[in-house]
Amino acid sequence: MSGSSEERTFEASVERVGEIVEYVSGLAVVSEVHPKRIMQVELAVEEAAMNICSYAYEKPPGHVLVRVTKNEGRFIVELEDEGVPFDPLKMDEPDIKAEIEDRRVGGLGVFLLRRVMDEVHYSRENGCNRLTLVVYLQ
Amino acid sequence: MKIDGREDRGYMVVTVQGRMDTVTAPNFEKEAGGWIESGTTNMILDLTGLEYISSAGLRSLLITAKKLKGAGGNLLLCQLSEMVKEVICMAGFDSILPIYTDIEEAMKGGA
Repeated sequence: MSGSSEERTFEASVERVGEIVEYVSGLAVVSEVHPKRIMQVELAVEEAAMNICSYAYEKPPGHVLVRVTKNEGRFIVELEDEGVPFDPLKMDEPDIKAEIEDRRVGGLGVFLLRRVMDEVHYSRENGCNRLTLVVYLQ
Repeated sequence: MKIDGREDRGYMVVTVQGRMDTVTAPNFEKEAGGWIESGTTNMILDLTGLEYISSAGLRSLLITAKKLKGAGGNLLLCQLSEMVKEVICMAGFDSILPIYTDIEEAMKGGA
C-alpha cells in the first residue's frame, strides 16, 4: 500500500475499538513501521477511537471511518466521525504531578496520544470531525 | 490478559500478562478490588508479561492504588517492559507508584 490509502468504516461503539486497533496495527506492520512505534500507533488509535465511540454520537451507534495512508515517509491514520463537534486537542491536560489522593481518574488518553505521535491534527469540515495521527517512518 | 495472584510474605504478588486495554482493564480492576476487599493491603504487580498498556489500564492501576492507599497499604510495580514503562513514566505514574526491578527488590523497598 505504498503511496496509497486504505479505508474501512466501523460502527462507533466501544465494542469495536479492539477491531479498529487491529485493523490499523495490521496495516502498520505491512507499512514497515518500527515494532516499538507500532505499539505507539496502537495506543494512539485506541485512545482516539475510544473517545469517538464513547462521546461522538448523541444517538449511538454512529460510524467512524478509518483511513490509513503510507506516503512520503509518513504513516498516517485519519479517523472521521459525523458526531458532535469535538476537538480533543483543546482538552485541558491532566495534572501528572499531583499526589495519588488528588490524581484524577481518566483524562489521560488524549494526553498520551499526543505524546506518542509525531503529529496530531484536528479539523471539522462538512459536519465531520477528522483526527489525523502521523508517524514518521525512519 | 491473564491475572494470577498469590500471597507471599505479607504481599499479594500479582502477575499480569498480555494487554491491559479498554477491553481487559476492567477485569484487572475487579480482580484486584476483590483481593482488597478480602484484606489485601500491599500488592506487588509483576508485569514481566504485560506487553501493552493504554489509559484504560492506567486508570485501573490508579483506582487500585487509591484503594490500597485507603486501606493503609501500597501498590508496587516491578519488571516493566519498555512500552509499559514508557507509558507509565509519560503519565507521571512513576511519581505515585514505586517501580522496582523485581519482586525481591519490591519487598525490600516496600517494607
